[in-house]
Amino acid sequence: MPIFEPEFECMPVDELKILQLYRLKKVLRIVYENVKPYRKKMDERGIKPDDIKSLENIKYLPFTTKDDFRENYPYGLFAVPMEKIVRIHSSSGTTGKPTVVGYTKRDLETWSTLTARVLSAGGVTSRDVVHIAFGYGLFTGGFGLHYGAEKIGASVIPVSSGQTKRQIMIMKDYGSTALVCTPSYALHIAEVMKEMGVDKSELKLKYGLFGAEPWTESMRREIETRLGIEATDNYGLSEVMGPGVSYECLEAKSGLHIAEDHFLVEVIDPETEEQLPEGEWGELVITTLTKEALPLIRYRTRDITKIYREKCSCGRTLIKMAKPSGRTDDMIIVRGVNIFPSQVEEALLEISGVSPHYVIVVDRKDHLDELEVWVEAEDAIFFDSMRKQKEMIDKITEHLTQALGVKTIVKLVEPKTLERSMGKAKRVVDRRDFLKNYEKS
Amino acid sequence: MKVEQLSVFLENKAGRLAEVAKILGDNGINIRALSLADTTDFGILRLIVNDNEKAKEVLKDERFTVKITEVIAVEVDDRPGGLASILLPLSEEGINVEYMYAFVEKSKNKAVLVFKFDDLDKAIEVLRKNNVKILTNEEIKQL
Repeated sequence: MPIFEPEFECMPVDELKILQLYRLKKVLRIVYENVKPYRKKMDERGIKPDDIKSLENIKYLPFTTKDDFRENYPYGLFAVPMEKIVRIHSSSGTTGKPTVVGYTKRDLETWSTLTARVLSAGGVTSRDVVHIAFGYGLFTGGFGLHYGAEKIGASVIPVSSGQTKRQIMIMKDYGSTALVCTPSYALHIAEVMKEMGVDKSELKLKYGLFGAEPWTESMRREIETRLGIEATDNYGLSEVMGPGVSYECLEAKSGLHIAEDHFLVEVIDPETEEQLPEGEWGELVITTLTKEALPLIRYRTRDITKIYREKCSCGRTLIKMAKPSGRTDDMIIVRGVNIFPSQVEEALLEISGVSPHYVIVVDRKDHLDELEVWVEAEDAIFFDSMRKQKEMIDKITEHLTQALGVKTIVKLVEPKTLERSMGKAKRVVDRRDFLKNYEKS
Repeated sequence: MKVEQLSVFLENKAGRLAEVAKILGDNGINIRALSLADTTDFGILRLIVNDNEKAKEVLKDERFTVKITEVIAVEVDDRPGGLASILLPLSEEGINVEYMYAFVEKSKNKAVLVFKFDDLDKAIEVLRKNNVKILTNEEIKQL
């Protein structure tokens, strides 16, 4: 498979490290001068940008977390004036403060290049018809891969998410050869194809590039067989940029190459916050090396993985990360959307003025995630009149669906049900099969 | 003259009603009347018992969601047309029934109708005007 930027993706490791250090020093100077919260944190630790003389020195720098985004909402972490910003994306959620990210013209250029790498590594060339079934909008998935596909010179169908039957008709009639979406949606497409009586031989699909949620090797095999394609994984997070941070190659389909020329990665012990050696599992921490609008220093992704360098059959020298095996916080990903239990809590509080106990139950039915929120029928939301009771449930349903950005089914339950089946502190019950993978690692 | 009833939230699954009945029975509480409104997921159980406060307490102890709510109980002759004679004047006044349930008194050949109206106070006024016998909390406990 062609490599989109062999000069960087196959760079000798020692040269790559020189490039990383040069870029790290530069980004540190920029944030120290232009981003108040960073300057403040570094001053508190008595560190000046010039004190960082090697890549190893990065361990002396303070971490950045999602809280920094909240405290500096919306634009406080930006390193350039708004006139330089050409694009804004953000996390979903109307309760709590969403995470807002900005891009300069050059950032978009970098992002397109990186998603072009992702697509190339997954088999896409200028001859392909790329069917992008990620949502377009504030979510970074759709737009991120869109521009990469155009950059490669492929024909892009920006079909966005939803309306599966129509998607299948388009794939069939327009001759889509590469499918870009979440892995669970790919399986859902396979399911709907079966219902419609459409055989994979009627489609021209060859490649699938999937991301935005965790998935297993068995899901990969199932997708590949049912759609007749080769499937690769890619990883990214909107705070850091969006898709394009790391990607599998078709040759190995094992481990995701991290775009090290743009991102410096570490794995830390989430408890002690100490750096861990390569090969050990811990929390992924990313420092952006080239971003202009929103540079991040030691951003704690909360994703658990390991990083390791090995000679890859594709020829890339970039370090690899394992498929993320879980989270260090309570975030869950439902249909590609990030959800925190605290969002549910805030939404319930807003509606009823009280915060009843609740449990989020996620299941996968017909390969689509289903989100249920079980709410304790406490006094404030319990009515003697059936009409009022139903109105209250509808109100909670609507509010949660709005706040979480995912269709939510609300069930009112007896207090005992929550205590019996979940124990006290548990907020999330995840019944999806990829969890079995989590437990192994 | 409103009377008190208990409203209990129940999940729509086997054994829930039985559990409520057992808890009340074990605590020596006698059920005078009950009705159950249900959906596929949950139900609302409404009960008239001889000791509301105690019933509420023992059910709360067993972690049920319980509320004491107000309804109107009226006594009518147990004969054809008894219910209609009560409802007609109310509907003429634009008062709606949210729900109702009924039971027959063993000793007196009378029926007791329990109503939840959208406007309880106005309903009482209309019922009084029509000389309907409205029961008090004390009376209903002694049935």
